[in-house]
Amino acid sequence: MLKIENLTVKVADKEVLSDINMQLKPGEQMALLGPNGSGKTSLLMTIIGFANYQITRGDIIFKGKRINELSIDQRARLGIGVMFQRPPTVRGIKLRQMIQLISKDKFNTDKEASLLNLKDFLGRDLNLGFSGGEIKRSELLQLLAVAPNLCLFDEPESGVDLENIALVGKLINRILQKNKDNASLIITHTGYILDYVQADRGCILVGGKLHCMGNPKEILETVKKHGYEWCITCAREKPKKQYHQSRK
Amino acid sequence: MVYHMRTRKTKKTIPPIAKINIKSYQANSAPKAYLDDLGSVTSDQKKNMLAAGVDPTQKSRSGTYVQMDHNVVHARSLYPGLEVMSTSEALKKYEWLDNYFWKVVALDADEFTRQAHLQQHHGYFLRALPGVKATYPLQACLFINDNNIIQNVHNIIIAEEGSDLQVITGCATASDVRRGLHIGISEFYVKKGARLTFTMIHNWAEDVSVRPRTAALVEAGATFLSNYICLKPVKDLQMYPKAELIGRGAVARYNTILFAHPGSRLDVGSRVILKAKDSRAEVVARAVSAGGDIIARGHLKGEVAGIKAHLECRGLMVSEKGLIHAIPELEGHVAGVDMSHEAAVGKIAHEEIEYLMSRGLSQGEAQAAIVRGFLDTSIMGLPASLQKEVDQAISACEKEVF
Repeated sequence: MLKIENLTVKVADKEVLSDINMQLKPGEQMALLGPNGSGKTSLLMTIIGFANYQITRGDIIFKGKRINELSIDQRARLGIGVMFQRPPTVRGIKLRQMIQLISKDKFNTDKEASLLNLKDFLGRDLNLGFSGGEIKRSELLQLLAVAPNLCLFDEPESGVDLENIALVGKLINRILQKNKDNASLIITHTGYILDYVQADRGCILVGGKLHCMGNPKEILETVKKHGYEWCITCAREKPKKQYHQSRK
Repeated sequence: MVYHMRTRKTKKTIPPIAKINIKSYQANSAPKAYLDDLGSVTSDQKKNMLAAGVDPTQKSRSGTYVQMDHNVVHARSLYPGLEVMSTSEALKKYEWLDNYFWKVVALDADEFTRQAHLQQHHGYFLRALPGVKATYPLQACLFINDNNIIQNVHNIIIAEEGSDLQVITGCATASDVRRGLHIGISEFYVKKGARLTFTMIHNWAEDVSVRPRTAALVEAGATFLSNYICLKPVKDLQMYPKAELIGRGAVARYNTILFAHPGSRLDVGSRVILKAKDSRAEVVARAVSAGGDIIARGHLKGEVAGIKAHLECRGLMVSEKGLIHAIPELEGHVAGVDMSHEAAVGKIAHEEIEYLMSRGLSQGEAQAAIVRGFLDTSIMGLPASLQKEVDQAISACEKEVF
């Protein structure tokens, strides 16, 4: 589904990702962990093709096609979708209009919005005055409408109260289960979302480099126990691509 | 207090709109026959009327006035208590109407008001009798059918005490009209406790010059809501309508939506003079330049204590060419006035475009969606039925614009 080879990315002359290698098979869900500023969001923005993220080396291959040169919308139409952590406010475009503009096939906006407790928000400007949880639900409603094959979730649980994390998890599963080949990359800080969404693999991004890859629960346990500092040390000491084994 | 906001650091300023040589336009036009059935207008006329919000089928309308060039081709009310006729006809019918002519617009204000006085070509008289509240709006259309003519109209609109009058009015040209001059004098009278919602959509041709001269008198407890929309190319447009709030609790709200195409020059503002206690005003403008020049003015003048007014102008530049110059003015004459303004001019945020593109919209589609959203008519606070009509007209217009 997705193959990233030797990817190095700059933002305004600063290298934010360095020599990233990663592969996602069809139907595979991967958790991406890492401390603040480690480059997790940069990786997602690079995959979707935001202009600020300049690829200086390497390739992104999606569905067997090199997409480095494709525009954002071309990538989206190929089947990549992003759930943004902090999407911009777009005044004048109502959530309902947005859904109408982007939805594929027959999408029952009112029914889906009701299920997400978003019906009252359909007539409001996109993201204007939305709370953290409302933004997440709005993002997920849009992804439901777009039905992507590769979903990039940027911290889906941040700003969501504990009660609603289950709802967010349920929605993510719905989006992923629309097609058995749907794959995802899920950025998580707390790992709470992994109680609801089954990740097949996990990896840690530290200082723009991807070092560990393995069982997501094990990685999360290690991070919870020893913190990212330990991971950084571990990353320095262990050769690249070595599978992580948690310290007992 | 005057604030000037410029969008460029260059020394370029908007030159004054070129002086118009009134004599270069033809004073006469070919006579047009009265139409009992508006359905008999040509398909081209119908298309251009619809894009200006005027529906020749008169579905969901309480009455219609249509003037082509210098002839009244249709004037009929479909609702008891609403009057629709030409001002020339109304002057013959009502002796008292003389008192409403040139009362709020000064006859000698400029060469255009003088021209309209010297050579008036009708104009519409719309009136709601006391207490009359119609569900559907009246519609009026001032149409330029012949090329290179001058059209001077004088309109009088009266909402008598306790009435609720909605008017949707469109000005349009036939598709083959290239050049013309439209001078429109409009005087509004909103009597005690009445409500007048006036929505004007301009659908001119690229080389038509337009000079509306408009003013309103709003009495105690009355509300005057004026909406102006100009999305199509026009050579130049200059207007600065004014409302005087003379009765306690009077309210005026102006909403203006402007789109300047390359080569178009728009100098448009709204002015409210608050003369009575507890009167309220709001002036809201949305201006988009796609290469044309826009001067967006606003002026609030508070003459007594206890008034409240707000002015808002937002400009959006979607082209490297063109210019938007917002000039909001607040003028307080006594202590105890509460007036404010906000103005902002900028371009579409790149992150908004990228966000929409990440959902599969092309860059052009994303930009058009944002511009359409920016020109959202829901800011106008229209009644639902009128909102639908206005949105249909805007949609017809946008199909040609975007």
